[in-house]
Amino acid sequence: MFRFLLPLATAVTLLCGTAAQALTADAARAMAAGDTDDRIAALQKATATPDAATAAFVQAMADDAVKITPATVLVMKDDKGFDASTGAETPVPDDAEDIVNNNRMRGAFEGTLASLKLLSPERSERAAAIEALREETDTGRLPIIDRALAAETDDGLKTRLQSIRSRILLSSQDATQRSAAAAELGNSASPATRTLLIEQLKQETDPAAKAAMQKALAAVEGRLVWGERLAALFSGISLGSILLLVALGLAITYGLMGVINMAHGELMMIGAYATYVVQGLFQKYLPGAFDFYLVAAVPVAFMASALVGAGLERSVIRFLYGRPLETLLATWGISLMLQQLVRSVFGAQNVGVENPAWMSGGLQLMDNLALPWNRVIIVAFAFAVLGAMAWLIGRTRLGLFVRGVTQNRPIASCMGVNTARIDTYAFALGSGIAGLAGCALSQVGNVGPDLGQGYIVDAFMVVVLGGVGQLAGTVYAALGLGVLNKLLEGWTGAVLAKIAVLVIIIVFIQKRPQGIFAMKGRSAEA
Amino acid sequence: MSNHSILPQRAPLLSTPAWSAFFAALLVVCALVPVLHLVMPPDSPLHMSEYMVALVGKIMCYAIVALAMDLIWGYTGILSLGHGLYFALGGYVMGMYLMRQIGRDGNYKSDLPDFMVFLDWKELPWHWSLSSSFTATLFLVVLVPGIVAFVFGYFAFRSRIKGVYFSIITQAMTFAAMLLFFRNETGFGGNNGFTDFKRILDMPLATRNMRMTLFVITGCTLLLFFLLSRWMVASKFGRVLQAIRDAETRVMFSGYKPLPYKLSIWVISAVMCGIAGALYVPQVGIINPSEMSTAASIEMAVWAAVGGRATLVGPIIGAFVVNGAKSWLTVTAPEYWLYFLGALFIVVTLFLPDGIVGLWKRLRGRGGRGPKAAAQQSAALEEGQAPTGAVAPATGGAQ
Repeated sequence: MFRFLLPLATAVTLLCGTAAQALTADAARAMAAGDTDDRIAALQKATATPDAATAAFVQAMADDAVKITPATVLVMKDDKGFDASTGAETPVPDDAEDIVNNNRMRGAFEGTLASLKLLSPERSERAAAIEALREETDTGRLPIIDRALAAETDDGLKTRLQSIRSRILLSSQDATQRSAAAAELGNSASPATRTLLIEQLKQETDPAAKAAMQKALAAVEGRLVWGERLAALFSGISLGSILLLVALGLAITYGLMGVINMAHGELMMIGAYATYVVQGLFQKYLPGAFDFYLVAAVPVAFMASALVGAGLERSVIRFLYGRPLETLLATWGISLMLQQLVRSVFGAQNVGVENPAWMSGGLQLMDNLALPWNRVIIVAFAFAVLGAMAWLIGRTRLGLFVRGVTQNRPIASCMGVNTARIDTYAFALGSGIAGLAGCALSQVGNVGPDLGQGYIVDAFMVVVLGGVGQLAGTVYAALGLGVLNKLLEGWTGAVLAKIAVLVIIIVFIQKRPQGIFAMKGRSAEA
Repeated sequence: MSNHSILPQRAPLLSTPAWSAFFAALLVVCALVPVLHLVMPPDSPLHMSEYMVALVGKIMCYAIVALAMDLIWGYTGILSLGHGLYFALGGYVMGMYLMRQIGRDGNYKSDLPDFMVFLDWKELPWHWSLSSSFTATLFLVVLVPGIVAFVFGYFAFRSRIKGVYFSIITQAMTFAAMLLFFRNETGFGGNNGFTDFKRILDMPLATRNMRMTLFVITGCTLLLFFLLSRWMVASKFGRVLQAIRDAETRVMFSGYKPLPYKLSIWVISAVMCGIAGALYVPQVGIINPSEMSTAASIEMAVWAAVGGRATLVGPIIGAFVVNGAKSWLTVTAPEYWLYFLGALFIVVTLFLPDGIVGLWKRLRGRGGRGPKAAAQQSAALEEGQAPTGAVAPATGGAQ
């Protein structure tokens, strides 16, 4: 609150120059003591025509720096008393008492100070004051808002002030004023306006005003509905991009290599913990560059998971090629061990991974449509990883070998491809992408030993739905499932939406066991 | 098991030593344990404590599940990662009955179960309407898992979903069911599930005699299911199942339709799990949605794998070994339990494809890679080709 008040004194002082003597002793006393209703009335009366002394006095009251005696009202500064109306230094008598401010009184002070700030010469301060008053409905603020409107030069701020004025007028005593205000509010597109209109509609008695309000409400809702739709779509894409990241690694290890890796989730967990470790190192050794820890964490997470993945492939999985059910059980065993390992090293509790500063906040596109930066960045990151992977598989020599080995191992081997080594590389690549997914997830969710468990069912669903061996299928399935999930969520609630999606997938696979994009040709039925 | 004649003689249900072992087990369950628990004075070293009775009773329920897993996985080659669902369904049916048996003795002294009072429900939801009758409960314990398995199995097998695809779908199905049971409004007690049972058939649950009765019933059920499974796998039905496991396409070309066979064994296996769940709940005293978690269902597969697939005795041994180790390790060294379990998964799949029973046979020098092991291996190869065709088992690191 103090941060808010300090520039105020300067602002009002500048505004009102030297006209400091307008605060009378009686007015000061009326504001400082007595019944709360009376005090608020006095406060509104005094600040309707604001001046520096009044502003300073209100601020002093808000700061609990006012004492009162039967004879005078004193503003305390550095343990010295100053008379509120004259400003002269006055000795503080022993019977001086602190004034008592209840919460309602404090609210009134804050609102008053904000409305005083409306007259500030600084545009940014006025904008901040308007922002602070945007939910205001107190008719007592009307005079000062009118004054500010008259003085306002900035068009954008003027429109916003106008809408605040309409909100206040909506609760005025005069029915025609209420209708006019409602018509004006119909131009708004903020959820707060909708709530206000709905509330006012309940108590409105005048038919004309009621009709005006209903019309305004319909207009506001029409505008809001788009924001809501886009918000649902974005959160669907955001969920879809996370699913995509999670499933991309599986698209290699399962889709291309046919390895059912139940430890995929744990490889993500390793990526997330790698991010946590990098964050810790930056905090300790490079606190100045802390904001960039995430950039450093991306390759570290990739390498950590890729190395673990390569180790798994060499030690366990390569003995199980062609035996998918056994692979499933063995990798499940690996996942249990990795979870317990992380629990032993980092503890069973979730660890905290902070967003760097550039990832907090968001992009406010509409009043009810804000895109958080961390989500936007993850969507972009998911597509960047997708692009890199498509390039790696489709355009590089390694990708050629991987495709060759998966399509026809003996022939690839005859051509001199070291198939065992390619298997290791491919598995490490899939694992590394899981690590990247873990790094991304650390920015939007909890990082704990169970991190991977929550995603493993979803990830397999995406790959199976998309069609095994199909990158494009994985992309469509991930985004489709994400959007479908979020749309259903708005309708049925989160858990039922999830259940519905699972059931839809199960039914879909009955119809098309090969996924959305079936492999064609000889490999389809092999 | 079979020799190479065209129409093999039907093998006897059990060999003579096996019958002896069977009756010995029956004697232990029905006479020895009751005597050790009820007659022996508590300070005697031969006394079997309540903890042990409860533990063994619980593991016998798991052994029934392992047997069911063996029928579907070991003998038919279908790995289910969703048998926890059927186990939980049977358990929930029994749990509903036990909740009704609490009557007005709950915390809220209401006719409704406590959690419904807590949710401010005024009457029982429709699916609770049969829960007051014990006879209906016994039927539902069989019917509910049976029907769910039938519907799911029919559609899955009809679309010829095989191998890993099938496993993943069963997993998704169980996961969806778990989410559903976690909800309060579905009327299954949400997170907490059902607990605080007081009596069964109007008799108190927490007495030594009741515990012993449930123990004996569970043991007899297990032995009965063992005989039944033994009979099934030795019959023509069982031989077709194994043929499906080893070469489904060849079975089809021989004029058999795999669907009814697969569906029957799938439903039988689910019903066995349901019965195991119903026996489990009164002994353990709680049922909640965590029984349907992915981990719980996969653990069931490892019981069968550890003991030895396609052996019937193996899964029972596996259930005892794994769960015995679990209850011992989670008490003495809880942080090592997951390492142990994880390592068990890996060691069994890498080094003990035939489980403990296979190891024992090999040690006794008569097993080796007999015809059955070879058959299993060819089954594995076939499975490998079925879902993706991605990795042809040949050179490189494979095999």
